[in-house]
Amino acid sequence: MQTLESTLSPSTASFEVVIPSGEPWMHTLRKGQIFRIVDLEGNQAVDTLFYNAKDISERYSATHTLQSQAALYLGVGTRIMSSEGRPMLTIVADTCGRHDTLGGACSCESNTVRYALEKRHMHSCRDNFMLAIARYAQTHPDGPFFSKRDVVSNINFFMNVPVTPEGQLTFEDGISAPGKYVEMRAEMDVIVLISNCPQLNNPCNAYNPTPVQCLIWEGA
Amino acid sequence: MENQTPLALATVPPQVTPFDPSLLLWSHTLPAGSAWSGVIRRGNTMRFTDTHGRGNVSILFYNAANPSERYNMPDTLKAQHTAYLTKGHVCYSDMGRVLCSVADDSCGWHDTVGGTTQATNVLARHGEARFGSHRNNMHRNGQDNIQVELEKWGMGKRDVVANLNLFSKLSTDSTGALHFQTDHRAPGQYIDLRCEMDLLVVLSTTPHPFDPNPIYAPEEIELSVWRSGTASANDICRLHCPENARGFINTERHYL
Repeated sequence: MQTLESTLSPSTASFEVVIPSGEPWMHTLRKGQIFRIVDLEGNQAVDTLFYNAKDISERYSATHTLQSQAALYLGVGTRIMSSEGRPMLTIVADTCGRHDTLGGACSCESNTVRYALEKRHMHSCRDNFMLAIARYAQTHPDGPFFSKRDVVSNINFFMNVPVTPEGQLTFEDGISAPGKYVEMRAEMDVIVLISNCPQLNNPCNAYNPTPVQCLIWEGA
Repeated sequence: MENQTPLALATVPPQVTPFDPSLLLWSHTLPAGSAWSGVIRRGNTMRFTDTHGRGNVSILFYNAANPSERYNMPDTLKAQHTAYLTKGHVCYSDMGRVLCSVADDSCGWHDTVGGTTQATNVLARHGEARFGSHRNNMHRNGQDNIQVELEKWGMGKRDVVANLNLFSKLSTDSTGALHFQTDHRAPGQYIDLRCEMDLLVVLSTTPHPFDPNPIYAPEEIELSVWRSGTASANDICRLHCPENARGFINTERHYL
């Protein structure tokens, strides 16, 4: 696992927000901007999707990203690829070392399968995504208009989901820690959709979901 | 099975009808490099056979009655703690239901993470072969094939998600590097996908995107369908893990 520290100082950032635990967030990044997510208290999964701001039918694609690097895990140097096979962002700094794109987002429905039928009513990332896109339609009446069809397999920053050579999918959380961050450069104008994961049934948030911070710098 | 009333349990069939050539409803040879889509009803099983042992099927599943419900790769992998599919596994929708189950499999590993080919990388890898010069042997790619079929159902690229690749093995090492296993396939291998819901099935018989073959060499695949019935009470997929038992309950409640 490779780590690389950023040269950027938070004091020069042009934008800063803290996403409270268990809540969604949407924001548009312009090409060339640098976007950092900070795991403030450690071991917090940040479920993230990206859309081409000019045509949201072009969006993050896990399979195109895996194809482009012929490897499973995301880290420094990963080009985050779109469904059209184009780079959307490039990971330029990372103090965590590994991020997941196979684990997807938790949902009410998958919680019934994974844990118990009665878990249907616990808060979930998919509900955050649905709420965020519904609010977006209200605050952006001229579009673009998001629907469930646009919510696809996402990136889980700060989550570690190793696959063994025998093909077993394991959950080995615990590599992130307070203050670790991942930083990426936007290669096109992108809309970011985040759910700060509220999952309480497994260790992906250390059974204690916490806030994360997002910072943006203007590009060189 | 948790919370299931006697009336609900009574709808679960006591047994499944296994493959028998005399029971086939229909068969169809999917030519090499082709696209296909169709509705397959709940209780029918699709047997895909890799006749020559060099095939790949990029495939997606949708709830035919409401196609916004679709195959979900992460939910399928998480529920069963696996990165590949074989006998005993099921394919989950984003709604916590079992779209189809792998009732039988002689292959052992079907890829869930490799995605499919697109026009630009087929052109870069294999050169140009358009209809004008190659007629129906022209080069095709999975992304265009799947999109063409989706358009026929009033759907489109916003409905494309991570697909399965039948008969292809893509494994990983400790660093996460992905490797295509060329010796994994053999002539006559088959997989039985039993539909547990009414499915819109969309597929492409184009090569796997990690297949290192420098020649564009898709292969034909045989598709046979019979009336098997849905998963029985003692079905291997239902009993595979407690997660699958709950997934089948979600599915059966949808049809009660």
